[in-house]
Amino acid sequence: MRTKDSSGEASERGPLTTNLRIGDVPTTKTIKATPSRRRTLSAIGGWAIRIFLVVVVLEIISKFLSADAMRWDVVWSYLFSQKVLEGVGLTLFLTIVAMVVGSIIGLVLALMKISNSLLLNVTADGYIWLFRGTPLLVQLLFWYNLASFLPKLTMGVPFGPQFFEFDTNTVITALVAAMLGLGLNEGAYMSEIFRAGIQSVDHGQIEAAAALGMSRRRSMNRIVLPQAMRVIVPPTGNQVISMLKGTSLVSIVAISELLYTVQVIYARTFETIPLLVVACIWYLFLTTVLSIGQHYIELHYAKGVNRNAPDTYLTKFKMIFGRAGQSTLITKENA
Amino acid sequence: MTNTASEPIIKIESLSKHYGALQVLRSVDLNVNLGEVVCIIGPSGSGKSTLLRCVNHLETPDRGIVRLKGEPVGVREANGYLVERPPAELARQRADIGMVFQNFNLFGHMTVLENIIEGPTQVLGTSRAEAQEHAMQLLQWVQLEGKENTYPRQLSGGQQQRAAIARALAMRPRVMLFDEPTSALDPETVGEVLSIMRRLAKEGLTMLVVTHEIDFAHEVADRVVFMDAGTIIEQGVPSEVLLNPKEDRTKQFLSRILKPDSAS
Repeated sequence: MRTKDSSGEASERGPLTTNLRIGDVPTTKTIKATPSRRRTLSAIGGWAIRIFLVVVVLEIISKFLSADAMRWDVVWSYLFSQKVLEGVGLTLFLTIVAMVVGSIIGLVLALMKISNSLLLNVTADGYIWLFRGTPLLVQLLFWYNLASFLPKLTMGVPFGPQFFEFDTNTVITALVAAMLGLGLNEGAYMSEIFRAGIQSVDHGQIEAAAALGMSRRRSMNRIVLPQAMRVIVPPTGNQVISMLKGTSLVSIVAISELLYTVQVIYARTFETIPLLVVACIWYLFLTTVLSIGQHYIELHYAKGVNRNAPDTYLTKFKMIFGRAGQSTLITKENA
Repeated sequence: MTNTASEPIIKIESLSKHYGALQVLRSVDLNVNLGEVVCIIGPSGSGKSTLLRCVNHLETPDRGIVRLKGEPVGVREANGYLVERPPAELARQRADIGMVFQNFNLFGHMTVLENIIEGPTQVLGTSRAEAQEHAMQLLQWVQLEGKENTYPRQLSGGQQQRAAIARALAMRPRVMLFDEPTSALDPETVGEVLSIMRRLAKEGLTMLVVTHEIDFAHEVADRVVFMDAGTIIEQGVPSEVLLNPKEDRTKQFLSRILKPDSAS
């Protein structure tokens, strides 16, 4: 590269050549010989910030670990207790049910929103407006107390004869109210995620599928949705994690999920903080597992896309500490 | 129906199309005979791509009919009116018409092989093994042997377009539509796509090609159609339309696109 410059012609290569006069030939030697003062200062500043961060974090951890109220023996005794494990199970169950219900509703709403029918557009918009515009907590209380407003659930012609009749309190138990509340609310958010994903797929893909003689439904299932997943998965991962924590709201209707379970225990024993830590450990564990799962699902749907997979701590670690870091990044793409 | 041999395979009858206030097609008539290669040339915005896209009903014309072997595409006559066909019937008709797009439109989440067998297995109901065997032959035919497990984005533009041609051929279409197949390619790879198309023409495939490649049209087309402002200005054998045009607008267009070529 530099051989051309040695002809004496002006070269404007790289940021360090700006001070050079025409005719000067930049060499690696001169660049190394004049370390910039500014760079040294910024290096010192960088280390100061790093040390400061480490000290602050260690201080917080030490305060937390050594606090008198922090009874680790209590944490340990409850962490794997029968009641807490049942709470974890219910939290997981609610998360899964709410996400499945929410995804189905979300997909239907998204398809309604991108359809050409004004009635479907308006209905979907109305749903999203209602469920996204009111607090989840209020919605949960609403479903829980549905019986006081509609003692009987009936099905039939609006304002006309009714064919089926149920007692609201037997159908909408606290658990059903919780699943309804979480799922219906989630549907409103998932619909926007699905819509964005579907609309991110190039229209040419749909035309190509149509030109092959594929029906709309088949083209949606085989061509559009698989490619939309790349856009849908990351925000959905977020939603799952936020749903996992969102299930704690259900404690308001006395469902014995993780938070309610520990609340019941500390109401009796007054070991509030240790039990909340128990809940936090479980929430953190579950969200960590979910994040790792999300990473692998993202890798799966990134196939065919010539782009680097999102960096994980593992690959960053390898890049910093292992000389082979870069090559692992490249081979990963082909894998 | 007795004289199917002489009947044009594609018959476009007084086709009109508006985009809002803009009229892109003004009562266009055009026939394509079996085994014929017809190239449509013309300035951009002349309606040639829209005309092509009306043939497989990717665009819905406002007025007029496109017939494939006598059967109206996408619509059907009922009591003297034209009504939209049910989607399943339109899909069946489209399966007979292969289409190659300017931007290739290969399915990005599928390998080249999966792209090619998608139509036969999903639409025609061909078995996977049979579709795969046919696909491998087609890949060899478009000179993409060994690329079957590659994803489209890892291929060059010319390779992608050749894979797209193979995908369209896998449906064993009666007619192939090409919508500016080389416009999105590097000058270097244009040739490899054109040579495949040249071979297809020699095989006797019926082709309707919208193109800016005047040399290709001259060499391969049985008939060249020049369009401007939504109408067909003139058509005929390439040597007449391209070398000895009658209409002023054709002369103007040809002189404009041929000049920079001869200069460089």
